[in-house]
Amino acid sequence: MMQVKEKSKTVIMDGSKLIVESLVRSGADVFIGYPITPANLLYSYSLERFREFFAAPDEITTLQWMCGFSTTGKIPVTATSFPGYALMLESVNMAYMMELPMVIVLVQRLGPATGSATCGAQGDLSLLHGSISGGFTLPVISVSNMNDCWELSNKAMKMAVDLRTPVVLLTSKEEVMTQASFDISQLSEINLIERKQYSSNETFVPYKTEESLVPEFLKVGNAKHQVRFTASTHDQKGIIQNVAKEAIENTKRLEAKHILNLNKHLYFDYDKENGAETLLISYGITASASREAVKNLRAKGEKVSLLIPKTLLPVAPKYFEIISEYKKVVIAEENLSGQYRKILFGEFGNKNISGVNGFAEMITPAKIVDAVLFK
Amino acid sequence: MEKFLTDEALPFCKGCGHHHIAGNTEKALQSLGMNPMDVILVTDIGCHGIIDKSFKTHTVHGLHGRSVALASGISAALENPDKKVIVFIGDGGTTIGMQHLFNAAHNGFNMTVVIHNNMLYGMTGGQCSEFTPMGFKTPTLPNGADKAGYDICKLIAAVDGVTYVSRLEGIGDFSEQLAEAFSKKGFSLVEVMEICPSYGVKSNPGMKLSNVMEGAGLDVKKYADTEAVNYKSKINQSSNVLFNDDDIIETAFPSKLEKEVRLMLCGSAGEGIQGAAEMLLEAGIVSGLNGTKKGSYPVTVGVGFSASEIILSSDEILYTGSPNPDVICVTSTDGLDYARKTLTSMKGGKLFLDSSLTAPETKAEVISFPFRERGGAKNSSMYCLFYMLTATGLFPMESLMKVFSESKISKKIDAEKMFQSLREPVIANETKKIIS
Repeated sequence: MMQVKEKSKTVIMDGSKLIVESLVRSGADVFIGYPITPANLLYSYSLERFREFFAAPDEITTLQWMCGFSTTGKIPVTATSFPGYALMLESVNMAYMMELPMVIVLVQRLGPATGSATCGAQGDLSLLHGSISGGFTLPVISVSNMNDCWELSNKAMKMAVDLRTPVVLLTSKEEVMTQASFDISQLSEINLIERKQYSSNETFVPYKTEESLVPEFLKVGNAKHQVRFTASTHDQKGIIQNVAKEAIENTKRLEAKHILNLNKHLYFDYDKENGAETLLISYGITASASREAVKNLRAKGEKVSLLIPKTLLPVAPKYFEIISEYKKVVIAEENLSGQYRKILFGEFGNKNISGVNGFAEMITPAKIVDAVLFK
Repeated sequence: MEKFLTDEALPFCKGCGHHHIAGNTEKALQSLGMNPMDVILVTDIGCHGIIDKSFKTHTVHGLHGRSVALASGISAALENPDKKVIVFIGDGGTTIGMQHLFNAAHNGFNMTVVIHNNMLYGMTGGQCSEFTPMGFKTPTLPNGADKAGYDICKLIAAVDGVTYVSRLEGIGDFSEQLAEAFSKKGFSLVEVMEICPSYGVKSNPGMKLSNVMEGAGLDVKKYADTEAVNYKSKINQSSNVLFNDDDIIETAFPSKLEKEVRLMLCGSAGEGIQGAAEMLLEAGIVSGLNGTKKGSYPVTVGVGFSASEIILSSDEILYTGSPNPDVICVTSTDGLDYARKTLTSMKGGKLFLDSSLTAPETKAEVISFPFRERGGAKNSSMYCLFYMLTATGLFPMESLMKVFSESKISKKIDAEKMFQSLREPVIANETKKIIS
């Protein structure tokens, strides 16, 4: 029997709308932000949609207010672009150290500095990779199309809550501002993300953990147990220590919890073609050009596989498993020097690994096709 | 009586006024009958900030200068107004994050800020802060400051939204004054004056705190004591979903378009380019096509070029860039400048150009028409859109008419007059195409 397909419901959509609606349905409590191009739509939709909305006077204040909200058990969201994120950086480290869940939607635009506000880019991944001092991983989830804006906003928040961490949802101007016909009947149900609080009568030890390496959460201001948060190196009780062994172990745990739990938060598309010797890797806005390039190559009888990583950081061992099946790897991303390529393969690279890069313009499918066919 | 401090010795240098602030804070909270679990102590960076471990309250220890902003978030988020948020910050932290104090006061966030003002940065070697009084010496100012420091009490008291501001000398029992500040709703601030025994005393031997204060005009008094301005966050009771079935666009007049078509509309800000492009996208969807639309414009909203790229296709659209458009509409000089590079690289296609403009070298077919003259600058994009659709037949005109007549712009543009005008022959350019 034929499956009855739901009648399509086409609307004019943009990625910002999907992200905000999905985050609210996921249970995000409050939007705090300072408007910046090209994240403005996220800001204005949030004003309309979030139950609580705070207009902060700048991005440092934004992140500090978010941290304050997060200590009380509320999940804050912001949206910004590089200049704003740069100001947030110290406070992002604070949130990371305090283990405060929050979602930062980073909309990439052309840099350096204020660059060109209305031009898209994929230039901030290296910065995100090195955001946390000491070699720790800040989780980064990247959308690759409209549907990802819906699905992955929910997943980013789930990761933030489950792992008690700030999570960056990485997008770019074209992904959140371009309007398109979109069938909303295909959207999945968004589940409210469950948030647990410490409920035992035993003394609460703020940074004590069990197997998951993620401490149980308890909000400040609760009437039963003392809660401590601190940005400085601290022991399980949340008391500042210099380099005492227990405190350093606690800090190292911040990386370990991300690695241990990575597979629960691993999202990617792998379009494998049997017999292909070349793997194309792409993410974000360039993923669409890559999908079209693969379609065109296959139409010409060329064999090629496509990997679109969405959990960009931490880098998953699974990606290297996939990569090891191929003789040649091409990585397409819209920045000057191949940021994800360097994260995966280092500065030195390898003759079988090449990049397709672009700056101040979207990478075309034709350019990707040429790189895949290049011998 | 509830204890707010542990029995451990406080972590400060001998003779430091921070001892007095901690002890008086405990006494003040006790006098108000509070429970440690009702208090959230937020501390800044500096010697005072290592007090956390000595307090039995909730404690949050953040970054240098940011504690008031952090406490603002906590205060705004707390649903129980009886909880007390107290911020401990130094004069150094206040110098760094002064804007956060003004902002918190302006918003009337419910908290008490206790500034530990020892007139220099104690933890980083005793350099001066912007609170160092004239003539006061520090290790970095051996000859003394040559300017007066800020009078934070006067400054904060001037903020609309503040509840309570006072200054006191941090000696002896000042728990009553602290209790008064703690008992206020809204934003309150107490500046407690001290001398740092490690750097202040050594750099200014024999100097008395009261003399420094007197010399600097830092009076011990209340600077503000008003009724609280109750802070209200923006609670969005309606929280409308951002899209629903009301937004659905049904296919009404199917298009026969078989290949993908990429279009660019280029003109000037304020002349309806983005509106025309949105209408083109929606009309394409009414014709059963998939479509994308993106805008390009400088950061200034009301001046310069405005351009839009639209893709219409019967297939799924993956790549949304438009390196080789099939159709370009140009209605102003700004638009022409924006489109020039694209036009010169075009290998075919059509250019619909306002007849006031001169086409650059292009292999596109150039179709001139006086859109600006016939429709006026503001409506030139819309005139051009209708003209272009008639000439290209990308999809049925009924689709565009449907979207147009349901839009606000139909109240401003008389459709009949527009069609009439688009049909009228172009006198000066009799060889150009004329709409039939």
